[in-house]
Amino acid sequence: MAESTLQSPIPVVTKKKSSESAVWRVTKYMAVRLVTMAFTVVIGLYLTILIANMGGYVDEIRRNDIRETIQQQVMNDRSLQSLTPTQRTQLIQDRIVVEEKRLGLDRPFVLRSFGFLWDAVTLNLGFAEFINADNGSRQVRLIVLERLPSTLVLFGTSNIILFFVTLYLALTLSRNYGSWWDRFIVATSPMSAAPSWFYGIFVIVIFAAFLKVLPFGGMVSAPPPDNRIEYGLSMLKHMILPTLAIALNQVTFAIYNNRTFFLIYSSEDYVEMAKAKGLPAREVERKYILRPTLPTNITNFAFLLIGVWGGAPIFEGVFNWPGLGRTTLIAAGLFDTPVIVGTTVIFAYLLALTVFLLDFVYALVDPRVKIGSEGSSQ
Amino acid sequence: MNSIKKFFTELLQYPSAFIGMMYIIGLVIFSIYVVIALPYDEAISLWRGDENTWYKTPRTAQPKWVNWFREEDLPETFSFNSADQLDTKTEEFSNGTNKILISFPFEYNSELFPQEVSLYFKSNYDAKQPFVNVKLITPDGRTINLNSFSIGRTHTYRLSQDQKLQRKFFGISPEKGIFVDPTLDNDDPTLLKAVPGTYELVVEGVAFEENSSLDAELIVYGHVYGWAGTDHRRRDISIALMWGAPVALTFGLLSALGTTITTMIIAAVGTWYGGWIDEVIQRITEVNLILPFLSILIMIGTFYSKSLWVMLIAVIALSIFGGAIKGFRAVFLQIKEAPYVEAARAYGASNWRIIMQYLVPRIVPLLIPQLVILIPANVFLEASLNIINLGDPVLPTWGKLIQNGVGNGALTQGYYYWVLEPAFVLLITGLSFALVGFSMDRIFNPRLRGV
Repeated sequence: MAESTLQSPIPVVTKKKSSESAVWRVTKYMAVRLVTMAFTVVIGLYLTILIANMGGYVDEIRRNDIRETIQQQVMNDRSLQSLTPTQRTQLIQDRIVVEEKRLGLDRPFVLRSFGFLWDAVTLNLGFAEFINADNGSRQVRLIVLERLPSTLVLFGTSNIILFFVTLYLALTLSRNYGSWWDRFIVATSPMSAAPSWFYGIFVIVIFAAFLKVLPFGGMVSAPPPDNRIEYGLSMLKHMILPTLAIALNQVTFAIYNNRTFFLIYSSEDYVEMAKAKGLPAREVERKYILRPTLPTNITNFAFLLIGVWGGAPIFEGVFNWPGLGRTTLIAAGLFDTPVIVGTTVIFAYLLALTVFLLDFVYALVDPRVKIGSEGSSQ
Repeated sequence: MNSIKKFFTELLQYPSAFIGMMYIIGLVIFSIYVVIALPYDEAISLWRGDENTWYKTPRTAQPKWVNWFREEDLPETFSFNSADQLDTKTEEFSNGTNKILISFPFEYNSELFPQEVSLYFKSNYDAKQPFVNVKLITPDGRTINLNSFSIGRTHTYRLSQDQKLQRKFFGISPEKGIFVDPTLDNDDPTLLKAVPGTYELVVEGVAFEENSSLDAELIVYGHVYGWAGTDHRRRDISIALMWGAPVALTFGLLSALGTTITTMIIAAVGTWYGGWIDEVIQRITEVNLILPFLSILIMIGTFYSKSLWVMLIAVIALSIFGGAIKGFRAVFLQIKEAPYVEAARAYGASNWRIIMQYLVPRIVPLLIPQLVILIPANVFLEASLNIINLGDPVLPTWGKLIQNGVGNGALTQGYYYWVLEPAFVLLITGLSFALVGFSMDRIFNPRLRGV
């Protein structure tokens, strides 16, 4: 599978021998990336844990809490009234030690933090305090896994559509440089300064509140349709406004960016040469303009996607989309620490996965990786 | 000096940048004015004020200028206070009782009903509470007995919530019922219209002590207020709109400055020393890329503090190792090889001197557009934090207005002005900075010129 996808983008001139070594190079490159990525994720997760525990300060709070509760218990216990003050202090002390040992608080935070790290790496995310999964479970892992698909569906679909649409439009515009549409895109590219949730409010006002043609938010209509096809259609209908909001935020800037690169590359000598050879315009575009700019386009897209992931909590909040981001928000509202940390961990994984996948695509399309020129694998 | 002048002449060749620049200058002047005219403490106490601070304004009233676009003007709020307008009150003392007559004649010009009608009483007595009878005389001379009750030191009579009165008007809400012509038998309550004319609200009070006093304030709440409208707690939205400007500018500017300058210095140090320092910086950049920015801000806001300053520092800390560091690094790598740096090294300049005097100044052209483009991003970030309830708990800001509006059903119940006004100001502010930044980018990066 990997081999066939790898073979096709290799230039025709490449001989059999070098194509084998290209596969080897890509594999090696990806292996190195995988290892660095794993390290990066671990460090990222550890930082997250440090922040969530206030660098150990939470432990202090919990210790004080335990002391307080046990003191109260002993004071209020009738059967212990006969003890002398020293005996009582001793008893309190003993119980505190037992309780701290039970919760693992007797070990220093640094050691315990590595335990947390291991839990986070293995996705052993513990139990939620307030939030339930749909089947009633309190396992953070289940809660997160349950909400993850809706987030992936929304952002995955809309971003992939937008990527190809912007690429196509940018190519068309670079052909019509200076036209009315071209100037329009240049003028509106600063629209990306406002985040997507912001446009979300505008599209909700226009299409949901004012025109009443599309739903305000949510993922399916209530009650959810039983029929699978109807369910899918209802979901599509609910996805129109979020996609539109993401589009308003990204499209013009992405088109502008891609178009600029296309323009820069289309004045290269080899493009002139190809044109002079009499190659059809489509082929010139595909082989001589699109190919060399693809790595840059993909990098731009990667940063966009990462930005979108980051904004998910607000975006899902505005559209009431029952995904991972909204779960983070609800958890933050309820002070449900395990869920907040759990969703943050998952987001870190998602970001790492995005970066890794885009690295992979990058390795496939960037000739420098395959040919193996020095120092270009950064 | 000359180069600055040249830069501005070049910038003004982009009309969009000129408009943006004008707006930004205007916003800065406005922010300074706001901070002086409505000092911080005053603004905060107004914004956190309860019903007592804001009882004079209508609830969720639209801004006044909506009347320019309407055929029939929405009524405005008006009030009378017998304590201020002494001619409205007459007192007569006889047989140990003090008869107080307060009368408020008012002109009602609209065919639309007011939002609410309320009477606020204040009285002074030792033991016996005064007693009042409230009635209304309509333009056609009818007298409607509204209610009678005894009052404490303060008393609020909300006509609109008087159930007995509502039954008297056959289920029509009292603030409408008192303005309706009863001879017109109208079954459809949506077609009801107020009769314009001179009404008179009369309060007949009896106080049972010699030195007791009684004052009343009548407020007829309209549907429009001020140039910005009011929210669900009757607060004037213009306060948050005005104070949002300095807050947004401060947050945007400080975070953008803090981030770009630190990033630049780190990039300069990394490239100059090279080796493991550079390597570490690169690795941190990669870790930073996969840190979920907003989730971490949510954690900080939930576990530590939601103060604007804590958030500011967190935002700077999380953005220092952002994507910009790669761009700076690429430029620094080029500058590092320049002959004049070589020369500086030859005459024995210290590392720090080379970084600060030779590397950093050369990057300013790249830095300034970066900075200007980062400002709107952070202005919006501040609004975003408010949307997810992580905004500063005290400050009135644009983002908080949007959050309040969305959270209290402004979109579903049609109070669009509440959300759209701050959104519009945010959009204009963000776009202005972005326009200026994009134009600067084109001026400073000739590579982009012409495309």
